[in-house]
Amino acid sequence: MTINADWYLALSVVLFSIGALGVLIRRNVLVMFMCVELMLNAANLAFVTFARQLNDIGGQVLVFFVLVVAAAEVVVGLGIVVAIFRRRANATADDLHAMKG
Amino acid sequence: MVTTLGVVLTALTTTVHPSWVDVGTFSVSAAIILAGAIGVVVARNPVHSALMLVMTLFGVAVLFVLQRDPFLAAVQVIVYAGAIVVLFLFVIMFLGVDREEDVALEPLRGQRPLAIGLVVLGTTGLLLLGQVSRWTTGAPHVAGLSTGPESNVYLLGRSVYTTYLFPFEATAALLIIAVVGAVVLARRPPVTVNPDPDPDTGADAGVGTVADPAPAGGGDPVGELGGQPAPAAGGMAEEGPA
Repeated sequence: MTINADWYLALSVVLFSIGALGVLIRRNVLVMFMCVELMLNAANLAFVTFARQLNDIGGQVLVFFVLVVAAAEVVVGLGIVVAIFRRRANATADDLHAMKG
Repeated sequence: MVTTLGVVLTALTTTVHPSWVDVGTFSVSAAIILAGAIGVVVARNPVHSALMLVMTLFGVAVLFVLQRDPFLAAVQVIVYAGAIVVLFLFVIMFLGVDREEDVALEPLRGQRPLAIGLVVLGTTGLLLLGQVSRWTTGAPHVAGLSTGPESNVYLLGRSVYTTYLFPFEATAALLIIAVVGAVVLARRPPVTVNPDPDPDTGADAGVGTVADPAPAGGGDPVGELGGQPAPAAGGMAEEGPA
């Protein structure tokens, strides 16, 4: 038999938490993006687990859409990072206060 | 490759019923995933973070295979490890930010302990919630069966092109918008030579966003961009060689 779904979901929870922790404590914008990818992967893992558990194809279709959205997000996000770096030599998240009132 | 691995795994698990194969694969994959995720967070060099991310993505792909989902595992490896991480590495190398970050510096006092505490609290709460209640609830196979005599790719494709046709078309629009946005963002700002220094612009420069035009567009005199009139952003964007 296969592994119980609880283990997959617990792993997904832990993976999501590590990603969220990375977004909160890192200051490099690129690393924060990678941590967002970690969180998306945790959600993907949970989706696939639920799809198997409920015998439902919808979870797998959602993973498909999450992949597309992640690709679009990375393209636009990295474009923004490149545009910021063109103006400033270093762009940690703390330095981005140009629009502060 | 992944599909072959899936076929081998399926054959192993269905014929012999050795649960230790599943347990072993899951344990090793989980260890790889968690080690990679922690590596992404704690690595000081962004390149190391990206490589650790690849490790995590491969572990997740193995778990997809383990859950009888070989197509998404292949897509995961191709799209994530093959495209997105390469994009990350490309930007890291392109910007030359592959230097160490000073992790010890903490500009917001007390942010890190607060973040760690919140995350640990939330994780513990979720895990306990899964223990005292049930992890999986809901009606089974609402959108269609995920197993059957047809292959996984067939079921997924049929569902995408029938039930989820409108979201599928919406993602097409989303990708187009993302491409257009990336092109607009990556465009170099037009280099305009300001004949008279504007006092308003000079005041704006004191805020701290001193745009150095030399690395921005100095080395690449593109004719079509240079010929444009003053940008729409006005005084905020262009400090120029005043």
